[in-house]
Order: sequence, then C-alpha cells, then structure tokens
Amino acid sequence: MATKTLGASIKRKEDPRLITGEAKYLDDVRLPGMLYAAILRSPYAHAKIKGIDTNKATKQPGVIAVFTGQDFKDLPALPCAWQADAGRIQNNVNTPRVLEIERVTHTGAGVAVVIADDRYAAEDALGLIEVDYEQLPVVVDAEKTTFADAPQIHENAPNNICFDWSCGDKDATDAALNSSEVVVKQRVVNQRLIPNVMESRGCVAQYMPASEEYTVWMTSQDPHIMRLLMTAFVFGIPETKVRVIAPQVGGGFGTKIFLYPEYCLMAALAKKVGRPVKWAETRRENYIATTHGRDHVTDIEVGAKRDGTITALKVKTYANLGGVLSTIGPGIPTTLYGRMLSGAYKTPHIYCNVLGTYTNTGMVDAYRGAGRPEATYVVERTVDLVARELNMDPVEVRRKNFIQPGDFPYAPADNILAGLKYDSGNYEKALNKALEMVNYSSFRKEQEEARKNGKYLGIGLSTYVEICGAAPSSWIGVGPTGQGWGAAMWESANIRVHLTGKVVLTIGTQPQGQGHETTMAQIVSEELGISMEDIIVQLGDTLGTPFGYGTYASRSAAVGGMAVYNSAQKIKEKARRLAAHMLEAAPEDMTYEGGRAFVKGSPDKGKTIQELAGAAALAYSLPAGMEPFLDDVTYYDPPECTYPFGTHICVVEVDRDTGQVKILRYLAVDDVGKKINPMIVDGQIHGGITQGVAQALWEGAVYDDNGQLTSGSMMDYAVPKASFLPTYELGSTETLSPTNPLGVKGVGETGTIASTPAVVNAVMDALSPFGIKHLDMPLTPEKVWRAIEATNM
Amino acid sequence: MAQTVSITVNDVAYEREVEPRLLLAHFLRDVLGLTGTNIGCDTSQCGSCTVLMDGIAVKSCTVLAVQADGSSVTTIEGLASDGKLHPVQNAFWEKHGLQCGFCTPGMIITVVDLLNRNPHPTDEEIRHGLEGTLCRCTGYQNIVEAVKHAADAMAA
Repeated sequence: MATKTLGASIKRKEDPRLITGEAKYLDDVRLPGMLYAAILRSPYAHAKIKGIDTNKATKQPGVIAVFTGQDFKDLPALPCAWQADAGRIQNNVNTPRVLEIERVTHTGAGVAVVIADDRYAAEDALGLIEVDYEQLPVVVDAEKTTFADAPQIHENAPNNICFDWSCGDKDATDAALNSSEVVVKQRVVNQRLIPNVMESRGCVAQYMPASEEYTVWMTSQDPHIMRLLMTAFVFGIPETKVRVIAPQVGGGFGTKIFLYPEYCLMAALAKKVGRPVKWAETRRENYIATTHGRDHVTDIEVGAKRDGTITALKVKTYANLGGVLSTIGPGIPTTLYGRMLSGAYKTPHIYCNVLGTYTNTGMVDAYRGAGRPEATYVVERTVDLVARELNMDPVEVRRKNFIQPGDFPYAPADNILAGLKYDSGNYEKALNKALEMVNYSSFRKEQEEARKNGKYLGIGLSTYVEICGAAPSSWIGVGPTGQGWGAAMWESANIRVHLTGKVVLTIGTQPQGQGHETTMAQIVSEELGISMEDIIVQLGDTLGTPFGYGTYASRSAAVGGMAVYNSAQKIKEKARRLAAHMLEAAPEDMTYEGGRAFVKGSPDKGKTIQELAGAAALAYSLPAGMEPFLDDVTYYDPPECTYPFGTHICVVEVDRDTGQVKILRYLAVDDVGKKINPMIVDGQIHGGITQGVAQALWEGAVYDDNGQLTSGSMMDYAVPKASFLPTYELGSTETLSPTNPLGVKGVGETGTIASTPAVVNAVMDALSPFGIKHLDMPLTPEKVWRAIEATNM
Repeated sequence: MAQTVSITVNDVAYEREVEPRLLLAHFLRDVLGLTGTNIGCDTSQCGSCTVLMDGIAVKSCTVLAVQADGSSVTTIEGLASDGKLHPVQNAFWEKHGLQCGFCTPGMIITVVDLLNRNPHPTDEEIRHGLEGTLCRCTGYQNIVEAVKHAADAMAA
C-alpha cells in the first residue's frame, strides 16, 4: 500500500526506457514499405516562384516522385487558430500552404518535395530541382517593416501590420504620466530566439485506402488539436478519419504545439503514393522552418513619485510575427504579454499597444514562457530603471510597489487582465528569503570595496509573477468576451481500475520531458492509496485518450492534474457506495482512506480498492442502478488561472578589459504552490533558468538584410554548454493556489520568465559606475566592452 | 560502389554492404535498427549520437561506417549487462539527470568515457567534460549530480 506519494521526490516512471535507448522517438518509427521525404526550401526571403522544373530530380535513382505546390493547390492554407481578440479587431491573416505556390515570404518556406526509397536518395534529388525565382525586396525588422519605404509583403496587410491591439486605459495612463514627478523612457529589444529542441520535428503518415483512414505520427505537444486542425481546417474530412500519435517527444518548448505544413504534406503524400512516408527534420531545417520566439521592439514610458511609487506604465511594442502566421502566433504578444504588464506591482495605470507585424523572417510563436518572459523583461527592467533614476535601491522600489498578501485576489489596474485576478501570493516573503540567501547587505559592501579595486560586481533581481494553468474556457476562448483562442482550455482524465486492481490512467495532456507519467500517477496514488507500480499512464494517442488540449503554458498540473484529481474523487465515491453495499452499511457512513473504503470509526469494517475493483468488474452483486467497472472520465475547466511568483537573484562580475560577464551566483526562490514532485519541479526550474540566462548573455537569432538567417546552425547559435553555467541555488516558499483543491500553480516556464531580467539587471548594476543604464541582449563580451569603451572611462 | 564492413556492435559481429558515404549513426540506426542512438544536429555540435568506438567516445554522425570497419562499437543499448543498468544509467535515473531523454543516450556514453579517463572529476572537470554534448532541458545541474553519483558508485 502506498504511503504519502503526493509531494515526494519519486524517481520517474518513464526513465528506464529513456536511459536504455528503448524509447521510440519520431525518427525511430519504421513501417513496412515506408518512403522518405525531403523538402526543397526557398533560399530567398521574399520571392515570386515563376516556375519549378522537377524533371531531372524525378529521374534520379531511388526517387519515387517529386511534387510541387501545384499538386496540392486544392488544399487551403493552414489555419491561424488564435487571432488577437478574434472577432473584435482585424487580424490580416496570412498562413503557410503545405507547399508554397506563387510566392515565398521567408527563407525555409517549402516549395517542392521529393519522395525516395531512402533519405540519402531524397536529399540527393533536392539539388536537381530547378526553381525560377524572381527576388523581391526584403524587410526583417519588427518596426522598420511598418515604415512607408518598406516592401509590402501581403496585399491584405497594409504597412505589413497584421493587427493593432491594445489593453488598459490610454487616457488615464497618459494623464498619470503627465502628472508624475519623474518619467523614465527606454527602448528595449527582446531579441528573437531559436528554441533548439534537441529532437527536431518530424512526421510519419500512413493512409489506408479501404477505410479512407490516416494514421499520422508527429512530434506533438497536443495530438488532439493536431487532428482537429488537420481534419476540419485543411483536409475537410471527418475527425474520425485521422489518428494522431505523438511518440516519445524530445523536448518542445512550444515549437511542437503547432500545425506545420509538413504534417499535412506527409498525410497528403501517403495518400498520393499509397505508401507510408516519413519526414525527419534536419537541424538546418529546424532553424529555418520551425517557429522562433520573442522578437519584440518595445518603447517603455514609466511614471513615478520621487519616493519610488510607480504611477503609470505605458508600453508600445512591435512584435515580429514572421513572413506568415504560425498556429497561435498572434495570441502570444497580445493576451499572454500585454495582460501581464502589471507584474508583481500595484501600478495604478497601464496601457499597452502592440503592433503585430509581418517581416521576411521565419514564423514566430510560443517559446517557453510565450509572452510572459517578454512582459516580465519589460516590467523588471522598468523597476530597475526607476530605481536608477531615483538613486534608490532596486529592492526598496520593489517593496514600495508590491501587491500585498491582503490584496489577493488582485485585479491589475485598468482591467488589463480582462477580468481575471491574481489568485494568491506573498511577494515580499520570497524576496526576503532570496535576499537572505544571497546576503544582500554584505554583498553591497563587498561590491563597493571591489569597485575601488577596479573589479565590477553586480547584483540583479527579478521579482516576477506569471500566469499559468491556462485557462478558464470562458476567458480565453471564442465567447463574446474571450481572448480569441479558437477553442476551449479544459483538460481530461480517465481513471480505470481494472479487475486486478491495477490502474490505467489516460490523459489529454502530452509531455515532452515533464514527467507526467510520474506526476499524474502520484496524484492517483495519493488519492486512491494505490502504489505507484500499479498505475500506468497512457497518453499521446488520439486513439484511446480522452480529448485534451495538450501541454504548454504550464497548464498540465493545474488543469490536467485537477482533472485527474477530480476523477479520483469520483472513483472514491463509487468505491464507497459499492463497499456500503457489500458490507450492508449506509453509504453516508462510509469513508475512503489509504486505499480502503470503510465504515467511519470502524476501520476494520472495510474493503480494499482492489477488492472493490474486482467486485465492480465481476459485477455479480452491485447496488441497484450502479454500472459495472470502476471507471470514470472527468473534464475539468479551471475557474481561474494560477499565478506562480518568486524572486531570482543573479550576481555577476564584468571584466573591464574584455567585457566578459561571469555569473558568480544564481539564486532562485520560486513559489509554485503545492509541488507534486519536488525533484521534477527543481529540474524544470534549472532548465528554465538556463534558457532565460542564455537569452540574456548568449543567444539571439540574426537575420542579415537579405533575410538570410546567419545564426542558422548549432555552430552559429549559442545553445549553452555545461561549462557556461553556475550551480543554481534554489529556495522556495509555498503559497497554495486557492483555485484548486491541490493548491498547485505550475512551474514549466517560471525559470525562463524570471531569469532573463535578473541577469540583465545584474550586468547593468555592475556597469553603473560607467553610467551605463541599458544595453540590449544578448550581453556578449563585444557589446559590453564596446559600451564601456564608449564611455571613455 | 558498396563496400563491405565488419563492425562489432554491443558484442555482436555484423558484416554489411554499405555506401562509402553512410554515416556510422545511420548504419547503427537504419541498417542495424539500433535506434537508441539519436541524431540531433547536422554539424557535430550536439553530441546526441555519441557512441564508444573501441572504448573512446565518438560522435557517430562524424564517423563514416567504413571508418568504423574492424572496430568495436558500444551504443546505449549495449551498456546494461546481465539485466543490470550501468552505474551511469542508474545515476541519471537517481539524480533526475534527464527530462525529454533525447540527448540522454549520447550524454550517458559521454559520461562513461569521461569517468574512464577521470574517475574522480571535480565539478569544473565534469562541466568541461560535457562540453561536446548539448542538453536543452536540464540546465546540466542534475547531470553534474548524476556524474558525481556515478563516480562514487563506480569507486565503491
């Protein structure tokens, strides 16, 4: 019998297959007769396709067929499933086709496909396809694309503007700024990032003509949504005709949420050629054809009193969406960004305006944090800029403006959160704990001494809050006041306790490394008192799992986990009624604890869950009206989102002569509510911090003026190595979320959201003797060195 | 143009006809069906495909199958013996040194090689020793813990 499993650092159930090579990722899927596809991609960022000659390629040994966009012109362009404030503001939508026909708007757009006996033959033949392109002028910058002299990319999007979105109160914010004692203005660039999941994308599709059914294996964070979008919006066939399977998924970080052209293409090809077809994305393709993240240019205007009280925040952002829209691209720099600009502070007036723009670059969509890292970067840099302007300690400015424990549930000003409220928090407690861990006051003395010796130390804080557990369907979805997400956001769970007392749990969320097979089983184990070994979690296949929206936005524990929890309650209720019947007791006298239903006050008068499962399955003596089998399917729609928070502190040393930034210490005190498995929580935080630190110091996508991605490989893009990083020091506080019975909040993205501004604030603190107030990321040695040199100090 | 190669993989001798340009990684995965070795990049940066060739860690995407002719290769599938996990595999499990698991086979092989060369590495030596292998999930912290745990277990 299981003892306390919820809250325990239990080793992961999924690991044995992962550490032995037994796990099957997408490229490990092999089917009899399977062919290989390779995709010819545009080398130009903006061009007309005047003609494609496939003759030579078709005659190449091993090649089965070559197709171009003309062969799929009956298929519509892909759907954009989250348009900013859909139905209320105009979104000038342009999305990719399975293969482009007339025009390409970014390098990497697919224009032709080769199918061959093996991947070498397919790749060989790509070079023999001749495409006649007419190059068009190119623009890559999020803001410059709106200028009058910029090339026009899409006819339906004047000035390359996809949408013009805003939240908050412009007039009130302007008035507050006008009457503020100080106003600080700063432009900040949140550079484009390339997610670099270790497993690139891929797809295997099979078509069965007799039943007219497809099976499609794909690298997916949300197989049910993939099936819905493919069938209803691209192929126009019943949803029942497609089965989507996500095998072992090797990281996602957002990039595997979306319906990409290649998945639809493989399904179409499988039908055309009558054999299964595989496409396994190369790393080069992953750089140019998979979605990127961030890419904002933002003008900040903040007002404050001389005592450090913030009076108003006004933000104007140009958000680069790429040449065409990815599945939920417009939702990221709007709902998930602007609505979180209050941060952890009681800013009385806020206004945010976002122009989503087209450029001749790859698609931009959710990347770990998705909008919240951009918001947190703006807010946490802003607080430090105010502190610098007022010559105050950044800690004091934060304390002055924090939302206080008694303020929850807290609705940020000017309805920027569109009716939602922060659930719970104690921001000062997390801050105090982090300051104690770093020994803040003694650090400031050490810093002062060091400066005298020409050594530049800096300390930076990020007292973040973020939004997880997406989301109440009425808030995010397609209803009259919803945020325009094209569906709902509930989750599902199905607990089946089989005759032998073993549990099969199926869920609609889809992990990519988060460990749901362990954490979801922990919830069942704790609630039903069944040992971890007796529970198996099945997921990732539209056949046999209840519909679910998938894993992203740190929603799996707070939404999917609650579906599991509620399902367990219903199993317990049925177990109590059955036990009452078997024991000839009254159902209301029964209780359930530790894997047994028993009469209250008489623990020996009871039945184990295994006995009850057996009785329910054999079904020869059930209470009147009770269905056989111990089974329950539950759907859970959260009443609110959840709001994890905490304080991250980074300590750096900047080398005056080289501009090199060295992280001396990195501390994180996170409050993610109840932790289901603290070991997994810590792992999520480690990984999250690393991605955020990497943005601050090393990573950045670089397009040249011709729209060529010059950072287009792992040789050219700085994915951090082990030696770049310090050992993180983690602490935590626990403030339960009152919105769900477990009190969980979410953790998948906190590290990434929190860490970037902590690092940048630390470097700016180190550079304060030079009068440097802001530098844009990544803070490479060259950039820092040049900035120091320019001060002539 | 095919050439015959004899390669012992996980103690089993194989003789196969291969194209001279065939990468060892594809030989293992596509010819032998040993899909535990993953391929994560095109440019020999990520190290996901690392295997032991005659006891030395190599990136199998940067070795041609014909170059491996006559050699003995150990992949992740060959690390456990007699139904028992290798101490490095066990340490990754114990210390949560993996999340999505895609880099893990290459990472584990890298660590086996590292500990062969340096049975008691410092944190700094571990982090330096992992430089050829990228992980996007863990931030490396628990991998470093796993290496130390494995080193202790192997010394005991």
